[in-house]
Amino acid sequence: MRIIAQQDRCVGAGQCVLVDPEAFDQNDDDGTVIVLRPDPRTDAEIGRAREAVNVCPGRTLSLEP
Amino acid sequence: MTKATISLRRPDPYNPPKEHVELQAEAPISRVKLTDGRELWLLTRHEHVRAMLSDTRFSSDRRDPRHPSHSPYMSGHRQQLIEMDPPDHTQLRRSIVGEFTVTRLAAWRPRIQEIVDEAIDAMLAGPSEVDLVEALSLPVPSMVISEMLGVPYADHDFFQENSADFIRADTTPEERGAAYGRLKEYVAGLVQRKIESPGEDLLSRQLAAGMAPEEAVSVGFLLLIAGHETTANMISLSVATLLDKREHLQALRDDPQLTVGAVEELLRYFTIAEIGAARLATEDVEIGGVLVRAGEGVFGLTNTANRDATVFPEPDDIDFTRMARNHLAFGFGPHQCLGQNLARLELEIVLATVVRRIPTLRLAVPFDEIPFKENGPNYGVYELKVAW
Repeated sequence: MRIIAQQDRCVGAGQCVLVDPEAFDQNDDDGTVIVLRPDPRTDAEIGRAREAVNVCPGRTLSLEP
Repeated sequence: MTKATISLRRPDPYNPPKEHVELQAEAPISRVKLTDGRELWLLTRHEHVRAMLSDTRFSSDRRDPRHPSHSPYMSGHRQQLIEMDPPDHTQLRRSIVGEFTVTRLAAWRPRIQEIVDEAIDAMLAGPSEVDLVEALSLPVPSMVISEMLGVPYADHDFFQENSADFIRADTTPEERGAAYGRLKEYVAGLVQRKIESPGEDLLSRQLAAGMAPEEAVSVGFLLLIAGHETTANMISLSVATLLDKREHLQALRDDPQLTVGAVEELLRYFTIAEIGAARLATEDVEIGGVLVRAGEGVFGLTNTANRDATVFPEPDDIDFTRMARNHLAFGFGPHQCLGQNLARLELEIVLATVVRRIPTLRLAVPFDEIPFKENGPNYGVYELKVAW
């Protein structure tokens, strides 16, 4: 599994960081997403990645097999 | 196709209007009439509201007379962030949103805790019955945003009085307009002072980064207004609910870690921004099998969307363990509330502190006699008499 972020769509809402602060952070200047852990492995990590994709208001994130 | 007039009145303070809930079941996408006679599309399901709000073919630009939103005090002003479309919106939002990242806000936690503790100290030092709106709900977000914007301490009273006048129920439109004027003038003066002697605050940083002064006034004013009454309303509604439905209060006492989930659930449950999700279709767009034509207004009812049983099982139950982060209380898409994580932080700290520090807190009036705000842009309470 791989987390893909389309930075140009990011609105800096930080919802991904709330879901999983170990996998996501935000750029201090413009709030855009920084993917800290692009390859979720455990079921828990994958579950949180899916939730981050779901709550992302900019539809910035996606999860690829 | 159903034709109904939208009324935002909530006869049951805990639930969205029954007609809206019925629409969700019977005609989830319908034509409705605004009270001024204009017709628009009303979306009531979570899926449809989300799709609309994240689709940039729906415009937020209220300068177009066909746009369905109302903003009575905003006419003749500079276009605000919330009224812009990409790419202008993206650029301006990105310049400010860095101030509101989860990490930057976490640094505010100790100061917000101090502000909340000071407000509660003052409350407990006086008579043992107060209006919580005045004692806690309004001062906390007001102090927090004042400090973020770099409003000098000496101006806090002016600031709180005028914001209260702008928000209160018993002020006339003229008084509200005058308070609005004084606040705008104040923010313009504040920006001028930040130009002459910059400080360590949001406005100074924006100006130093090249933001035009008139833009800084517009942004400062928006942040001031947007993060103020909304948060105050959520504080009041949340405390009122805990004091009315005491099993939830007990749950927070037994496990303070539930507070984060409680904040999320209360945001979903009340969804206080009544008319935030209004857009104008700029192209023909199909939503849920219905063709919305270019030039038609659309209104996403976040309120019923957040009670959509297909997304939130038993949606009318309050469940602090639900952790339903996909609610639409802060909207969705590129305009999703810029200050949402600040609001979450303030609510979390206020609720945890109230529960911990005032164990005997109770409603001083029966729940159904609380004056709820109806037919306004934000649901809330005007006054919340509590005792301990």
